[in-house]
Amino acid sequence: MYGWIWRHLPGGTASRTVCALVLLTAVVALLLFVVFPWVEPRLPFDDVTVD
Amino acid sequence: MTDPDGDRTQRWDRVPGLPPVPGARADAPPRRGLWRTLALGAGELLVTAGVVLLLFAVYAVFVTDVVTAQRQDELSEQLREEWDSAPGRGAITRVELGDAFAVLRIPRLGEDYTRVVLEGTEEEQLSQGPGHYTDTAMPGEEGNVAFAGHRVGKGSPFLQLDAMRPGDPVVVETADSWFVYRVLAEDDPSGIPGMQIVRPTALEVISPTPNAAGAAPSGAYLTLTTCHPRYSARQRLVVHARLDGGALSKAQYPDGPDALHENR
Repeated sequence: MYGWIWRHLPGGTASRTVCALVLLTAVVALLLFVVFPWVEPRLPFDDVTVD
Repeated sequence: MTDPDGDRTQRWDRVPGLPPVPGARADAPPRRGLWRTLALGAGELLVTAGVVLLLFAVYAVFVTDVVTAQRQDELSEQLREEWDSAPGRGAITRVELGDAFAVLRIPRLGEDYTRVVLEGTEEEQLSQGPGHYTDTAMPGEEGNVAFAGHRVGKGSPFLQLDAMRPGDPVVVETADSWFVYRVLAEDDPSGIPGMQIVRPTALEVISPTPNAAGAAPSGAYLTLTTCHPRYSARQRLVVHARLDGGALSKAQYPDGPDALHENR
């Protein structure tokens, strides 16, 4: 999977490294700001009320 | 570095190469079997899943703290402005769901422990700060003023709640008053414990008289609930306190009651 992505990034090693870092940052941001905030309230780790 | 005969190619370039292997392409990646490709892909997916889970743990424990701390600063500023612009409104009678309406101070949890509390105990409120159970008493009233707060993450307001000792002050600041509650002693005549660990369904801990569902209020109590043990939602840690004295006006005590500076 990662090998396939690497082969399909444009340019030489420098360009590919920059592209890979941009992709990584985008994925981490998506997880931190969209996916995790959505998932977290649905997990039963932090129920603090009696009901 | 010039060869005497003027040939600039390296020596090994002049050695005749081996004849090409039939069918092999020099620049193509080595061909792998289907199973090998699948196994490599599965391995990469598993490692990725592990990294994502680690990232989630970091998010839940640290990143939410930062977000909540920012929100608490905003709420605190808004509440101060609101209080300063309309002094002397009298007792709180009704607040809307989601409104910030009081400030909780617990010296045992830190000299400068201050949390703005909001009305309601849905995740939307609890992610911003401790929440006040709707339909429980308001600060200072007869009955039980009950708050829930996160133990780990979201600012971790009640992380150290198990450190509370009998007699510890829990101070609630409202628009114009201070209320000092004190954690109940083990041998309190009411029979209500200062701290207990209960099932998540133990609704009676926030009833007007704690642990006596359906009974009339028998005093002015305060109850804090959070999850227990840490990182788990199996049980609830509950702390009960009772109002010590009456309301202290903020006009008379602009810097708060002495209980805020009790050094134990």
